[in-house]
Amino acid sequence: MNKDFFNIAGIELKSRIFIGSGKFSNNKLIPEIIKSSQAQVMTVAVRRFDFQNPKENILSYIPENIHVMPNTSGARNADEAVRIAHIAKNAAKTDLIKIEIINDNKYLLPDNYQTAKACEILAKEGFKVFAYMNADLYAARDMQNAGVAAVMPLGSPIGTNKGLKTKEMIRILTEEIIAPIIVDAGIGKPSDACECMEMGCAAVMINTSISSSQNPVLMAEAFKDAVNAGRKAFLAKLGAVSDRAKASSPLTDFLN
Amino acid sequence: MTFYDIKRQYNTFDFENYTTGVSDKMVESSMQKEILNDMDFLNLLSPKALNHIEEMAQKAHETSIKHFGKGILLYAPLYVSNFCINNCIYCGFSTKNKIKRKVLSFEEIEENCKIVSEYGIRHILLVTGESSVKTPLSYLKKCVEILKNYFDVVDIEIYPLEESGYKELADAGADGLTIYQETYNEELYKLLHTQGAKSDYKYRLDTCKRAGKANYRNLNVGVLLGLNDFVSEIFFAGIHAKYLQKSFSSAEIGMSFPRLRPAVGTYKPKTVISDKNLIQAICAVRLFINRISIAVSTRESKELRSNLIPLGITKMSAGSSTEVGGYAEKRKCSDGQFKINDTATVDEVKKMIYKKDYQPLMKDWTIL
Ligand code: SF4
Repeated sequence: MNKDFFNIAGIELKSRIFIGSGKFSNNKLIPEIIKSSQAQVMTVAVRRFDFQNPKENILSYIPENIHVMPNTSGARNADEAVRIAHIAKNAAKTDLIKIEIINDNKYLLPDNYQTAKACEILAKEGFKVFAYMNADLYAARDMQNAGVAAVMPLGSPIGTNKGLKTKEMIRILTEEIIAPIIVDAGIGKPSDACECMEMGCAAVMINTSISSSQNPVLMAEAFKDAVNAGRKAFLAKLGAVSDRAKASSPLTDFLN
Repeated sequence: MTFYDIKRQYNTFDFENYTTGVSDKMVESSMQKEILNDMDFLNLLSPKALNHIEEMAQKAHETSIKHFGKGILLYAPLYVSNFCINNCIYCGFSTKNKIKRKVLSFEEIEENCKIVSEYGIRHILLVTGESSVKTPLSYLKKCVEILKNYFDVVDIEIYPLEESGYKELADAGADGLTIYQETYNEELYKLLHTQGAKSDYKYRLDTCKRAGKANYRNLNVGVLLGLNDFVSEIFFAGIHAKYLQKSFSSAEIGMSFPRLRPAVGTYKPKTVISDKNLIQAICAVRLFINRISIAVSTRESKELRSNLIPLGITKMSAGSSTEVGGYAEKRKCSDGQFKINDTATVDEVKKMIYKKDYQPLMKDWTIL
């Protein structure tokens, strides 16, 4: 287990928690959250980059050993996402980019078609693309073919904390898609994150459930424990689930 | 279906009769729903809902945090002209009022931009009176272009335009539109807006739609609280916002709850909206439309603004001046639209937000 690293976009990671940064009450919390979750990757919205005000600039609060993954939130189509990605690359000096293209401001559901288009353009340009998406096999294949570093299906609509409403779709993705699956959005409880790991997802992305809890630092730690537990269970291979009890003294044994 | 058609369905609806008949049980059951229909929304605006104001506040708080996190975006208005051809009897800028009037020159706009941006403000609301002669589209375009050099987001609160006008301003850099219907009551509207372009109720009602078609990112609606009974007004503003959210899914829909403030002129509010009713309205809207941005201006007092932070608001103006060019001119060169209530500086507002365990956001968009 100690050697259970995973390699994503050319980065070797031990932690399987990615943290979102957009909803905290104070940027000063960020280092503490990172410490207690042991996350090594944090996403940051490019629209919040603020180099004019270092005190307000979220990037100033992210410890140096943490990988910053800019995201394109606010983009409404592929073209805008590509432009935001370029701003990110210059500003944050990274090739990592999480594509978020949202054209529905009520549920904030990602637009898979536009996302796949942006993935194609940006992967060709050499970006390490992480694609936030609706859990859909065809779209995931398109994104994989475009060369993404990971697909990030949502568990349920962002901010809802409703858990794995798309569980069956995510299960299909883990089976069919070779690119790493990172479940994003909707994970409401550590047990949801644990379940993602048990299913064989590479990692989970957490934001609202930590930031909206009464004690974000403690909740971040709870997620760390849950993700580790789920990963261990996955590595240990879960026992098969059966509808019927398996009798320990079979009734047809005499036939042999 | 236009919003006018939707609104018309309620033309014979007796709001007072309905809301006085709302019981505690009805309020409770509406509050427990995940998706509220129009009548649930109305139940939460009824007098009985005041018995449940704490539960409503708790739920509104939770909903806001899940959807928006603990950030409050700061913005400021920039008044570039107080010339107005209309006679809204409640407004200090009304053509009938003898006030000092002014249109800012482009140099003066630059000067004001420098000051406001030095406060750290990155989201600006361009405000004018309604005069297409003194502030024609060509002037507004230039204003937007200048503002865009200093601010990440430029929203506009100007006289209603055609869709093509909104497109031109969007090309110049405008991101969003704020327009208040003032009152949704068509008869009252006619009495309050006796002359000028603003007297066209339907044209104003369709304004957000025209801006939505021009692909604006932010569309903000509201009513002027005090002109009419607050229940029907908030109800219509709420269903208008919901209609816009359905019609323009990529736009962020916002709502404001301005209460009438003392201004030049003699108008006295028809009804006084209490703090409790204002909170009720904010919570009801948050529960009715979970993802809606809610702004509170400096019309409200410092204390109330601070207490509203955890109740579901997402935006606050700060360090505002309602005078034309009021940031740069310490000497008085024009009269303001209304008297500001919270005169705290941007830094003081930031501190107040931190004190509430929230984070002030100065920047929430990148210029593309
Ligand atoms: S409310 Fe607007 S249109 Fe009416 S008088 Fe005031 S500035 Fe003019």
